[in-house]
Amino acid sequence: MSVPAGHGASVRIETCGKTFADGTRALEPATLDIARGETLVLLGPSGCGKTTMLRIIAGLELPDAGGRVLFDDNDMTSVPIERRNVGMVFQSYALFPNMSVADNIGYGLKIRGMARQERAARVAELVALTNISGLENRRVDQLSGGQRQRVALARAVAIRPGILLLDEPLTALDAALRDRLRGELNRLLRSLGITTIYVTHDQSEAMELGDRIVVMQKGTIAQIGTPREIYFKPKNRFVAEFIGAANIIEAPVENGDLVLPGGRQPIGGEASQTTAVAMIRPETIRIVEEGAAPLSGTIDSVSFVGDRQRMLVSGASDKVLTVDAPNTVKAQAGERIGLLIAAEVVRLLPPENRG
Amino acid sequence: MRDRLIFTGQLLFTLLVAAFLVVPAILSISAGVTVNYFRGISSGVTLQWVFQVWELYAGTILLSFVVAFATLVLTLVAGVPAAYALHVRGGRLSRIIEEVITLPLAIPGLAIALALLFTYQGFGDFRRSWLFILTGHVIYTMPFMVRSVMAVFATIDIKTLDEGAASLGATPWRRFRDVIVPNAVPGILAGSLMVVTLSLGEFNLTWMLHTPLTKTLPIGLADSYASMRLEVASAYTLIFFVMIIPLLVAMQMFADQEQKR
Repeated sequence: MSVPAGHGASVRIETCGKTFADGTRALEPATLDIARGETLVLLGPSGCGKTTMLRIIAGLELPDAGGRVLFDDNDMTSVPIERRNVGMVFQSYALFPNMSVADNIGYGLKIRGMARQERAARVAELVALTNISGLENRRVDQLSGGQRQRVALARAVAIRPGILLLDEPLTALDAALRDRLRGELNRLLRSLGITTIYVTHDQSEAMELGDRIVVMQKGTIAQIGTPREIYFKPKNRFVAEFIGAANIIEAPVENGDLVLPGGRQPIGGEASQTTAVAMIRPETIRIVEEGAAPLSGTIDSVSFVGDRQRMLVSGASDKVLTVDAPNTVKAQAGERIGLLIAAEVVRLLPPENRG
Repeated sequence: MRDRLIFTGQLLFTLLVAAFLVVPAILSISAGVTVNYFRGISSGVTLQWVFQVWELYAGTILLSFVVAFATLVLTLVAGVPAAYALHVRGGRLSRIIEEVITLPLAIPGLAIALALLFTYQGFGDFRRSWLFILTGHVIYTMPFMVRSVMAVFATIDIKTLDEGAASLGATPWRRFRDVIVPNAVPGILAGSLMVVTLSLGEFNLTWMLHTPLTKTLPIGLADSYASMRLEVASAYTLIFFVMIIPLLVAMQMFADQEQKR
């Protein structure tokens, strides 16, 4: 792996599945390796099994028989969470209402029998690191959402865990705060260099924070890869559509060209192919004069969103294409235009059932 | 003008209701310090009945408090962990157990007492000791403790707090001590208040379970009404009030303070 050797433990889960008592299968048996110091994001819609996988790694759920959890090659499967030395940030933060901010942060250190003075020093260090100076003696219910999030993070990191586990830590916050904290969190994780497993349903969080992303779908791993791989080379339709916007076109192929109502689009496929499922990202399509590209269509609508403009183009494919054009392009609804798409940006997906 | 009328009406109604509740108590208490109730207060005021009651029933009164606090201790020791376990475990079995614990609320005290008598008739020493009454009181008051603690757990997501403490390395016992109990304090206080007052005032069960040597306050009261002058029984009521009201006020104040904190 290209990740530099960091702190903390490496994690391996082996054929870990989870079936709940009522018979629902939350997670199909999955195997996954997480390198020392790596930040791995488990990404997927709700109910995809990502939280179950995190809870198995944490020790809050036992995998079905046959599953194993290893930290640094030590079998931890039956070790309870309190002896796994993991730091965990919960979606609801789980701060103790009966303790002050400082006592919350220092609780794990107290459990470990750290002397009072040493503990105070470590708490002060984390208060500074997470930018919550001045709040040490507050009660938890006197904090804002963002402050709670920082306290929860400080508390989890204070114990110098081998692995840091975060379960949708930003979901409870409003959008603006979420963006700011995401940046802060990213810097903090990089500076700590600790093995981190991060669960989210938000693809931009996953892209920004993850060294690698595990996209999950209905209890199975759909794809594992770097943010770039996941974005540019999705393995299937589900991944393509879940990450960012995607045009998915199913059409016949002749001599390596997609045959579309608006013209022929070259794709980098094999000459022998007769049909293809192709994915084209909206920002990879260039708007040109009609006739300057093999493919042409009519603009249905233009929405200007500041940094770019989103156009819906009909007539080129049997479905309406979404195009993200630079904000300098002048085009209006009703206009005929050419669509220039390089063969390399067309990603061919395996022909498969939807879902 | 109309508002004033409405206000006066409401005030009168409130006073009437208050009088309805308070006047019998005052009459009873005043009878306890009257020389001769049938001749009225004009016969003079005396504390002789009160002293007489104290002489006769000091042991009963003491036993009542012993039973009440022993009941409290037992419901705390068994009820709080039970509430925690039932809440965290969840599922059908927990529901069933919760229902079983709650059952004594719906069953007449007499029936519970009969069941206890059947069960323990062979254990003469136990049957004759105050522990037998204690057993009945614990069964009867347990649901109040378990329910009020569980009600608090339901409002604070105790399960995630427990998992949070566990992730920081705390053993189950540490978690219970450092996180679960401190956050359940409002429910524990409310439950304690219920348990102590219910135990002190319990009559149904205790009437069946008591022996001449193991009587509690309400049993002593019934005894004195049945066998002594009305003034003596009234003096008994007076003592009952004097004992229980400061206790109730103190616990209520303690609970209020805890909520404000």
